[in-house]
Amino acid sequence: MNKTVNQKAWFLVLPVLLLVAFSAVIPLMTVVNYSVQDTFGNNVFFWNGIAWFEDMLESERMWAALWRQLAFSGLILAIEIPLGIYVALNMPKSGIWASFCLVLMSLPLLIPWNVVGTIWQIFGRVDIGLLGHTLDAIGIEYNYTQNFYAAWATVIVMDVWHWTSLVALLAYAGLQSIPDAYYQAAKIDQASRWAVFRYIELPKMAGVLMIAILLRFMDSFMIYTEPFVVTGGGPGNSTTFLSIDLVKMALGQFDLGPAAAFSIMYYLVILLISWVFYTVMTNLDKRDA
Amino acid sequence: MAKITLDNLAHSYAPAPKGPEDYALKQLDHDWADGEAYALLGASGCGKSTLLNIISGLLEPSQGRILFDGEDVTHAPTAQRNIAQVFQFPVVYDTMTVRQNLAFPLRNRGADAEYITRRVQQIGAMIGMEDVLDRKARGLTADAKQKISLGRGMVREDVNALLFDEPLTVIDPHMKWELRTQLKSLHHEFGHTMIYVTHDQTEALTFADRVVVMHDGRVVQIGTPQELFERPEHTFVGYFIGSPGMNLLPAEVRGDRAVINGTEIALGRSFGAPAGKVELGVRPEFVRLGDAGLPATVTRVEDVGRHRIVRAAVAGREVNAILGEGAPVPAGETLVAFAPEGVNVYADDWRVVPEDAA
Repeated sequence: MNKTVNQKAWFLVLPVLLLVAFSAVIPLMTVVNYSVQDTFGNNVFFWNGIAWFEDMLESERMWAALWRQLAFSGLILAIEIPLGIYVALNMPKSGIWASFCLVLMSLPLLIPWNVVGTIWQIFGRVDIGLLGHTLDAIGIEYNYTQNFYAAWATVIVMDVWHWTSLVALLAYAGLQSIPDAYYQAAKIDQASRWAVFRYIELPKMAGVLMIAILLRFMDSFMIYTEPFVVTGGGPGNSTTFLSIDLVKMALGQFDLGPAAAFSIMYYLVILLISWVFYTVMTNLDKRDA
Repeated sequence: MAKITLDNLAHSYAPAPKGPEDYALKQLDHDWADGEAYALLGASGCGKSTLLNIISGLLEPSQGRILFDGEDVTHAPTAQRNIAQVFQFPVVYDTMTVRQNLAFPLRNRGADAEYITRRVQQIGAMIGMEDVLDRKARGLTADAKQKISLGRGMVREDVNALLFDEPLTVIDPHMKWELRTQLKSLHHEFGHTMIYVTHDQTEALTFADRVVVMHDGRVVQIGTPQELFERPEHTFVGYFIGSPGMNLLPAEVRGDRAVINGTEIALGRSFGAPAGKVELGVRPEFVRLGDAGLPATVTRVEDVGRHRIVRAAVAGREVNAILGEGAPVPAGETLVAFAPEGVNVYADDWRVVPEDAA
């Protein structure tokens, strides 16, 4: 190993460091700043150590929001991933209908979060909404502003409607990359439909599905706009997810210290889970190689 | 094992075929004898794979019937035909081990576990992969994967036929010989009906008892390697088989005489008076250079080691001759003659049968 040692090479990383500093580190530092200080007003701050973090870790409210959040992410993943795969398997492989399906599938993805929230907010209203009114008319008690189950159902169905397409499109791309010979060989080998899925389609989709799971997890874990527009976090706190709770704390109550500590922990949790995903993904690849 | 009969078979990929040019596979009647090894030889796009896929049931013919031992299977799905097929590019089940891959066709038919273990071990040895049986198939090289595909094709003992669709394309030359030899020995051992699709004449001629030559969606000749060499029924066979292929020269043929560019040559046999586009076909092995015959100009000499290929211009056409290493090669102007027993006469690309032989 005849490596040339030249410490000046560090200067080459400098532009990146500067860029990241301005785009991420410095804004984040203001949050860090708030999280370790307290004030009695008049813009005078004093050192508060890790007290806000301790407060937050002992806060039942935060834990409740975290469990709610995990339940939400878990549920939508459990629905969207299999549903997306199922849709992809049933999409036409080629021809005009394939293009038609692709366009149709992409439509929900192009609608802004706010608008999705508004659509479902109105759609589900008992007085004027098609869904809400219909359900009410056939005798199903449905009112997302008052009923816990109705609120959760609405928020989950809304997310499934909005994002299953993403999973389906990714899975479809994975399926399209499978050469015909695989299906022909499976016929020759007399594989059942299930075996074709289990041993050909699923392994070929594994890569894109991992990306789909990661994307959908991160996105759903940070969800804010849609449930906020539909339920505003209610009824009670039943759909108050982490982001909604954070905004309530930071802007509603102006508890900047605890909210800052909360933000940092929130950030670390997402980072941790994404890192775990990443490690599992790369190790899966390595194990097979 | 079964005799496979193609009855009035044809296939077109176009939904409403009009003329013969719309057919990827033109009308064909043929019996594939039980237990024989066939090679299906032809250039890319001549309909070889179409024919193979029709036999295995991956494709339904637009016309005609396929019979296995007299039983009509034209519309039967692949699974019912009990056929093994190996494709051009390796197909392995990535998440399975090599062992599981080989066992897969047997497991799907509910074979006995103890039998599967024994049979997989045997096939593993045959394709030289005993040592890696428990490895995941994903990380293997392309030729190892193709060996698995071959193994999966051979693992069932009771198949009606074994079909190979250019299976050795991705395998390196040294391994090609070995695998082809193993396929042959497998054929001798179990006597499966085998159909081997290839565009490589060496592969076809060394593998098969009988070679089926296809050209432009049509079977142009079925015969032993020797028949294909000595009496190509169609100019395509002459041109496609042999290295270099058969020389073709436009000629006027009357009885046992041919006239090429004003020079008369004797044919040794009488061919009557063939009409249409008449050509003489002579393999380079039967071309003599030197003292008599047609005037020619030597343009190039290629030394391929065991012999030399002389390329000469005769009456504006290129004529190839194969000469032994020791033989003198004339430079520039010379004369070429053809050994009469090596001359075939073609009218409109089809061989004219000499009168005394008919």
